[in-house]
Amino acid sequence: MSAHDPKTPVPTPADDVQSGDAVHPGHPVTVDRYTVAARINHWITAVSLVLLALSGLALFTPRLFFLTGLFGGGQMTRILHPWIGVVLFCSFALLFVRFWRANLPKRVDAEWLAHSSDLLAGREEKMPEVGKYNAGQKFVFWSMSALILVLITSGIVMWDQYFYPYTTIEQKRIAILVHSATAIFAICVWIVHVYAAIWVKGTFSAMTRGNVTGGWAWRHHRKWLRELVGKPGSAPTGRGTHTPAE
Amino acid sequence: MFPPIPNPSVDPAAATPRFGEKDIMRRSASTVEPPAQRLTEVAKLIDVTKCIGCKACQAACLEWNQLTEEVGINHGVYDNPMDLTENTFTLMRFTEWVNPETENLEWLIRKDGCMHCEDPGCLKACPSPGAIVQYSNGIVDFQHENCIGCGYCIKGCPFNIPRISKVDHTAYKCTLCSDRVAVGQGPACQKACPTQAIVFGTKEEMKGWADFRIKDLKSRGFENAGLYDPQGVGGTHVMYVLHHADQPSIYANLPDNPRISPIVETWKGITKYMGMALMGVAAAAGVLHYLVAGPNKVTEEDEENAEKLAGAADLPPPAGPAGSEGRPT
Repeated sequence: MSAHDPKTPVPTPADDVQSGDAVHPGHPVTVDRYTVAARINHWITAVSLVLLALSGLALFTPRLFFLTGLFGGGQMTRILHPWIGVVLFCSFALLFVRFWRANLPKRVDAEWLAHSSDLLAGREEKMPEVGKYNAGQKFVFWSMSALILVLITSGIVMWDQYFYPYTTIEQKRIAILVHSATAIFAICVWIVHVYAAIWVKGTFSAMTRGNVTGGWAWRHHRKWLRELVGKPGSAPTGRGTHTPAE
Repeated sequence: MFPPIPNPSVDPAAATPRFGEKDIMRRSASTVEPPAQRLTEVAKLIDVTKCIGCKACQAACLEWNQLTEEVGINHGVYDNPMDLTENTFTLMRFTEWVNPETENLEWLIRKDGCMHCEDPGCLKACPSPGAIVQYSNGIVDFQHENCIGCGYCIKGCPFNIPRISKVDHTAYKCTLCSDRVAVGQGPACQKACPTQAIVFGTKEEMKGWADFRIKDLKSRGFENAGLYDPQGVGGTHVMYVLHHADQPSIYANLPDNPRISPIVETWKGITKYMGMALMGVAAAAGVLHYLVAGPNKVTEEDEENAEKLAGAADLPPPAGPAGSEGRPT
């Protein structure tokens, strides 16, 4: 039983392990990664972000104005977009509360980033062991947090129906420019996020069924897996109060 | 006197519009083939020096456009209402200005409203195809059935003119009475003006008339009298004769050098193109990387390692079955 971790220290109470995370031994091993609540929260955020991107792009460039048809026309798009933004903001705020601790930067993130070209080239064995999130995921998390904060702020400034009298026209102009540029970055971060989920096979089940295979966790988040296995109450005599495997 | 525009002919043939769809030179959020031949540019000239502040133009505008302004309250100044609204397309703005040279109080009265820019910022900012059009005679007009009420035109306008209706949530402003002009009439405000402070004709005629007026003013001691036809927006189809053309801003903040805000230009220019390119590059990079590097798959070995790790920690004595399970050796 010592064969598996020759050099890894026994994990200390780790803030990487979040409530609901658990290992179920078996063949294959399955690892709980996201609770039902976290998944619902994620998908509300995801749907609203996609709707916002579509309606926002429709108003951003004439070439995509036809997308207003998805929302019931230009007037409806203009009405709905800000409200969907409010939904996104609230939903993302909950996600933030759920995930921020596990996304705090660690020393290993710098090392991971230094090896990111290895990752992209498929030499994942050269990557350092990371916890629940790698530096790339942390980048997505923190940049989305910042971008959404800027988007809701600038969005309110340009939400003329309710907030017209509170700002000057010049401030509204700045808000529109900031809002559109920020939205572009947010869409780019979203592309990175979605691409990573497509590229790294076995990832989607984390956000659909809530779990991943042990192999996936071993390959991509080994430190997190080790922490989970060594979790007090789960290591010596089974996983205590956690649900049985399969 | 400037020769007044004759009354309309009652002949039904004369009611055929003289310009329309085919004369659209610019259309918001669309590319249009500009008409081969441009109509003669029209202009309204507002001679501020002849204005007596009677507000007949304001009343005529409401009347012709069948609008009713809310009954307001007296704010202690002549301005009524205090700002342009979705009903008040034109508004007399009164300024009491003390001329520092003569120490005389001058009562400056400016008829505010859409300037019908040659390069309209509202049209540039508008995201909705065909909500704002510019006819080749220079009239900039809002097409309400296409307006989505986003208010981008307000941000695009260098003169702060359009207003969004709280009733139908579309933008309103002076049409330069395009319906009247189309049948050979002058705008309602021009028709109503008792002192010919407002005159209407071709842009050339109006410039000529302005020259005549400016010479007259200069001969009376207004040495800075001049025409307000700001080139920052390509010239306008509503122009002012000002007694102090060197400082337009004394006339209730008429912009000295109006132009489409560089922020709006950046938003509608480089941001749009760079943004679309950036998103495209991000998506293309993903596709390309997938094609080159292939999917990142979990290997059999990864699963075995995980089973060993989990099994070893979970089941101390019988580590054998969990650990050796599926082992190819």
